[in-house]
Order: sequence, then structure tokens, then C-alpha cells
Amino acid sequence: MTRPGMWDALCGVVRRDLLLAMRRRSDAAMPVFFLVIVASLFPLGVGPEPAVLRTIGPGVLWVAALLACLLSLGRVFTADYLDGVLEQMVLIAQPLPVLVVGKVFAHWVIAGVPVVLLSPLLGMQFGLDGEAVAVLALSLLLGTPTLSMIGTIGAALVLGVRGSGLLVALLVLPLYVPVLIFGAGAVASSLAGVGAEANLSLLGACLVLSLFFAPWATAAALRIALE
Amino acid sequence: MGINWLKYSAPQAFYPLAGKLIPWFSIVAALAIAVGLYIGLLVAPTDFQQGESYRIIFVHVPAAWMSMFLYVVMALWAGFGMGLNARLSFMMAQAIAPTGAMFTFLALLTGAMWGKPTWGAWWVWDARLTSELILLFQYAGVMLLRTSIDDLRRADRASGVFALVGVVNVPIIYFSVKWWNTLHQGASVSMTGGSKMAATMLTAMLLMTFGFWMYSMAVILSRSRCVILEREQLLSWNKSASTPEPVEVR
Amino acid sequence: MYWGSMSEFWAMGGYGLYVWTSYIVTALCLVWEVLALWRRRAAAAAENRGLL
Repeated sequence: MTRPGMWDALCGVVRRDLLLAMRRRSDAAMPVFFLVIVASLFPLGVGPEPAVLRTIGPGVLWVAALLACLLSLGRVFTADYLDGVLEQMVLIAQPLPVLVVGKVFAHWVIAGVPVVLLSPLLGMQFGLDGEAVAVLALSLLLGTPTLSMIGTIGAALVLGVRGSGLLVALLVLPLYVPVLIFGAGAVASSLAGVGAEANLSLLGACLVLSLFFAPWATAAALRIALE
Repeated sequence: MGINWLKYSAPQAFYPLAGKLIPWFSIVAALAIAVGLYIGLLVAPTDFQQGESYRIIFVHVPAAWMSMFLYVVMALWAGFGMGLNARLSFMMAQAIAPTGAMFTFLALLTGAMWGKPTWGAWWVWDARLTSELILLFQYAGVMLLRTSIDDLRRADRASGVFALVGVVNVPIIYFSVKWWNTLHQGASVSMTGGSKMAATMLTAMLLMTFGFWMYSMAVILSRSRCVILEREQLLSWNKSASTPEPVEVR
Repeated sequence: MYWGSMSEFWAMGGYGLYVWTSYIVTALCLVWEVLALWRRRAAAAAENRGLL
């Protein structure tokens, strides 16, 4: 019998996290409901003027997606931390950053993909036209993995700390700003007829950058938390 | 020279050394700031575009430079601390954060004071201003993370990781002018094309920056001495309590 | 010397409010930081003496 490789470990982590999420479907659905509710509150607060809604739409939807992602961060490591699985993960032979990538991917599938799938619907609520809706979904598809990547660093840093829910928001939101600017900028520039390519490629650059650095930072933070 | 610099990586040896250095940094800081103020406020001519309001840059630009510089230095100390497992490095990082946050706040405030007469608005959502605001949030994050973790070792390392992650933001601040090309005027001093400012103005600004830098050195060394005292106190307090109190486990 | 008179200096060409607020708040912050550190050091030293 050979030792399982890195790929097996990665798939194992993803499968396990998805399975656990499927068993607690209402937990996983909550951030998505949150997103829908927050996005629906804005027209009620700002007024139903279509031109205004179209202007603020990209920003509002992106901020709502940001907050929805933030809400689900607490779940990434907490259960594993409490029942000791995380300690096993740190100790086993597979490199920790690889396992972290698995956790992040599972978090993205649970929290990010529903946001991407729902975004066309919410975009139409804000009166965005066909092309802008497509750009919104594409920008979220490129941006939400980055949000998960950066967010898990924060989740690992505040593991087991009192008041961690608020603290993780304070730590992570400043780091989300570039993604927000490029993501909302992509939709806004598509609405303005400039073309969203520049912003979308910057979002892609953010994704690549976070894919390179975030797993190591998260792994370091986990080791610190479990010392 | 036969001085063993490594010796000073121990807090016990560093403490008296810092005590000896603080007066010198303070004197140099006071002199540089005094001369900088004299040249900036009394000698430098007016700016033909902005009028006298430009004199705010003699505090604004040095404060903004120090806010970014101190963040990088703080992250470097935290990185050293994690790489070399040195306690003193983390103490330095801890000592730098409040001063850096203060300079960030001052840069934002003086920026607003400069923006009102020049742009007609206290605050503009321009890239450099926004990044400076985010820098303030990051300083706050570093300090909050440290205070919310009770275990000193973990607090040091966790806030260090966050400081290092946040360091990506500092180049974004600096290059944001070129990236987004917004309202904020271009860099006053550029590395390549020489300076666009009058020589006296530049002298005053550099003197003020040097003064702020030396001030930061004095204040940070002084704060690191406080940190050493407080931590040693905690250690000796832990040692002297021979029968530890039963800790409630939740 | 660049300025003609004292009042001209304080007026700063009409921008006096902005310029002097910046300088005074900066000065206050620096002085406050030094004083706060002074007190923090005194408190830490006093605590340590009590222990020894």
C-alpha cells in the first residue's frame, strides 16, 4: 500500500468538507439568503428609480457578495479546530498549504458558487442589461475564489479568539478592497460602454496572486493558532 | 570593530542601549524639525499655483511617508521575529504600530486640510487617499489582533502574519497614482526626472521627514522599553506565583 | 525672510485656518504621544519596583 499523494489528500479534504456542508444544508444556505436580503433592501432604501439602481447596482451587489462571503468564514476551520481534526491536518505528511487549498476550494463551492449563480437574478433586480449581467457573473466567478483565499487567512488568524466574528471582519475587509474595486469596476465600465477587459484581467491577476501566497499565509496562521 | 551586535538581540541588553540612544535621537529630531519648520514656514517662497496652502505639505508628505515606511519596517521586524524566533523583533513590531497609526491619521487629517482649499472637498475617494485609509485600518487590525489574543507568543505571530499580508497594500498605495490616475496630484518628488519643487521647499520637506523619522526612532525605542518592562513583569509575575491559581476551563 | 509682517504670517494668504490646524494638530499628536509614553513608562517601572 502506498501513501496517498498530495492530490488524494486535496480531494479528500474537499470531499469531506462538501459532505459535511451537505449534511447541514441550512447552514450553507444562510449566507446566500443574506445576500438576497441585503441586495433587496437597497432598492427599498434608495428608492425604485431605475437609473439610480443601475448606477449603484454593481457596487451594492459586490459589497453584498463580500459580506456574504465574510459571514461563512467562521465555519471554515472552527468545527475542525474544536474536534481536533485540524491538529491532525497540521501533523500529517501532506503539506499543509495543499490541504488549505482544499479547504478554500470547498468554501468557495459552498459560499462562492451560489453567489455567482444567483448574481444574474440580482443584477436584473437592479435593472442591469444583458451584457452587464454577464460581466457581473464573470467578475464574481473570478473574484469570489480570491475572497475565499484571503478570507481563510483571517479565519485562521482568529481561530479560537474571543470575539472572533467581528475581528475577522475588521481584518479581512481592508484586504478585500482591491477585489471590490476591480469587480465593481468591471461591471461599471461595461455599463459605461468602456469594456470590462482591463478590470477582469486585474481580477484574474488578484486571483493568481492570492493563489500563490494565501495558502502559505493561512498554513502559517494555522500553525501559530495550534501551537 | 569588535562590538558584538548580536548581544543586543536580548531584551536585557537592548534595554540600556535603547535608553542611551533615545536622548540623541530626540535632540536630532528636535533640531531637524526646528530647522525644517524655519525654512518651510519662514524662508520658502509661496507656490504660484496653490498659494500658501501648500505649506501643509511640510507636515503632510513627511507624515504620509512615515506611515508607509513604518508599516514596512513593522512587517519586516515581524518577519525577522518569525524567521529567527527572536523575541525582541516582535517587541519592536509591537512598539512601531501605534506611532505608524498616528502618522497615518495625521497624513489623512492634513490631507483633508490641504484638499479643502485646493480641491474644494475635505475628502475625495481618490486612490491614494483611500489606500491611506485602508493603511489606517490595517494598523488598527494589527493592534486589535494583538490585544484580542491573550497568549503573547501567539499574539506576536498572528499579528505579524497579518502585517506581512497587509504589506502588499503599501506598494498599491504608492503606485495607485499611476494605476488609476485620478484627482490626486502626481508625486511631487520623482526618482527619475528630478524634483519639480523649488530647492528650499524640497529642503524643508526632507528636513521635516528626517525629523519625523528621528522622532519615530526615539518614540519607538522608548515604547519598546515599556514593552520590555511590561513583559518581563508578566514573566516574573508568572514565576513568582509558585502555586498557580486554578484556571477555569471552558 | 519671506514674510512682510507678523499678521501676514498668521493669515497665510487666507489659508491660515487650514495651515495652522494641520500644524497644531500634528504638534498636539506628537506631544501627546510623548506624554502618554512617559506615563506608561512610569507605570511599568513602578509596577516592576513593587515586585522586586
